[in-house]
Amino acid sequence: MVSGGNDVYGKGKRVGKTISEKILGSHAGTEVSAGEIVVAELDYMMAQDGTAPISVRAFEGMGGDSLRHPERVSFCIDHNAPSPSWSVSQLHSMMRDFTRTYGVELNDVGEGVCHQVMLDRGHVVPGSLVIGADSHTCTYGALNSFATGVGSTDLAAAMLSGSLWFRVPETMKVTISGKPGKGVFAKDVALLMVGRITADGATYRALEIGGGAISEMELEERLTITNMAVEVGAKAGLMEADEKVMAFLKGRTIAKAEPVTADADAPYIDELEFDVEKLIPQVAKPHRVDNVCAVEEVEGTTVAEGLVGTCTNGRLSDLRAVAEVLKGKKVDPGVRLIVAPASREVMLAALREGLIEVLIEAGGLVMCPGCASCVGTHQGVPGDGENVISTANRNFKGRMGNPEASIYLASPATVAASCIEGKITDPRRYVS
Amino acid sequence: MKGKAHRFGDDLNTDYIIAGRYKFKTLDMDELACHVMEDLDPDFCNRLEKGDFVVAGRNFGCGSSREQAPLALKHAGVAAVIADSFARIYFRNSINNGLPALVCDTSEIEDGDDLELDLEKGVVTNLSRGQEIGCDPMPKVMLDILKEGGLVEYMKNHRAFSLEGKR
Repeated sequence: MVSGGNDVYGKGKRVGKTISEKILGSHAGTEVSAGEIVVAELDYMMAQDGTAPISVRAFEGMGGDSLRHPERVSFCIDHNAPSPSWSVSQLHSMMRDFTRTYGVELNDVGEGVCHQVMLDRGHVVPGSLVIGADSHTCTYGALNSFATGVGSTDLAAAMLSGSLWFRVPETMKVTISGKPGKGVFAKDVALLMVGRITADGATYRALEIGGGAISEMELEERLTITNMAVEVGAKAGLMEADEKVMAFLKGRTIAKAEPVTADADAPYIDELEFDVEKLIPQVAKPHRVDNVCAVEEVEGTTVAEGLVGTCTNGRLSDLRAVAEVLKGKKVDPGVRLIVAPASREVMLAALREGLIEVLIEAGGLVMCPGCASCVGTHQGVPGDGENVISTANRNFKGRMGNPEASIYLASPATVAASCIEGKITDPRRYVS
Repeated sequence: MKGKAHRFGDDLNTDYIIAGRYKFKTLDMDELACHVMEDLDPDFCNRLEKGDFVVAGRNFGCGSSREQAPLALKHAGVAAVIADSFARIYFRNSINNGLPALVCDTSEIEDGDDLELDLEKGVVTNLSRGQEIGCDPMPKVMLDILKEGGLVEYMKNHRAFSLEGKR
């Protein structure tokens, strides 16, 4: 499965380059092809409170006493924030001490989910090479950045040396066409993609995702799709940068954006096409993300908790979709609707638009920007036998802290409609 | 190394290896080790003997980047994981922490089989069935990291990655 220097496309044949080959090549300082192992210089590195403490310990174990580029490192406290216990507080203190000592940026409790904070701060630009000690780092591919998740020790080595080794991945091309109808969202497209490719269908590969449906989408919607690239095993989920990406970056960064496109004759190991014109809302059933079905198959399933937020669907447009469904209605008394905006910036914008008021009036509860209930450490652990409908990206058994609960994944609108009815509901009935 | 096989299926994710509700609490891996595979197989820790092997199907270690997954397995006494394929972040994490991860056809290895592993040659011998199974070669940089006992030791010795003599 992993081997160095395989010439998968035939010996000596000159072919164009994929986005991955171009970005990894420019950062390795040499022309590279899929299958090669390269050492590449990193533009940005991130770790969160589930992974940074091990990075800090590994960095010290390596004899680290300075970072190659402290200005390219960002730590974020989001997975377990604010701290629910003494032991977690000790780990958070470790991160605060490290960032203070080495002059590293810290986004402390309340700034938001690490990935949204990285974007809000302008740390990710087109053509860049970014790693994060979090598997959903692939989210930044929507900004044309080769961004991938790593473990804590790889991150420590990268903080020390400024570089990391990579196996240049083969690329799968995914073309998504058609315009989904009302009540059908980027999350439904993402779930469709995961269901079709399956949990290991793109392992060790990069995805290049494009097509008419992607061009039409706003950047926030594209982020929902690239966020879930890792759910098919992909190393990165890459899109081209367009004027929407450049508009988002304006005023956030002075870093030079160098958008990269694939050559017309770039080699793809596989090509897939989806038409989403007639797509109906999708749901991932327990306990696998690729266990995807149309909403009608699970309609009527009782839910006890709804979660809106996370790095998948906690952005402003997601909160708008939820507010549109909930406006003037009430959450079923048997349901807890938990909303966690993806970042401070998102929460402020939602407040100013009056969305937070709509959510609270409808019976929802709004929590601190961050990962909230997604990782099962705090803030909304479900009870035995309960079903949760969530906008997150994972529904593994025990994911939200209780292996006796079941998690269904869906779009923000589907979650909102289901919370009103107390059972899984097709959101198209609530969207004008 | 010799040990017994503990057989698991496909797509075993890192939440199953060590649940989030434990992994965020502590850096004491011996404490985490008691909860390894708990949501999938609550009795696993009791059956496991030091030096045993986890044998799995496709996509072992998919899901989150948590390095606590290979660390908890290692501290629980697992000597190596043998699978048809690994999720990429887990694969790196395992090698980085000095826990061998071997890719081979596991279809004929059953729960309880006695296995012997030759890391240098990349061969798994199924002593219970008298079979030799060849493993996929690992990139040289990973072998170097594994030989030096993990990435912390490697970086302590070299301060940067080297691809010299790469395949």
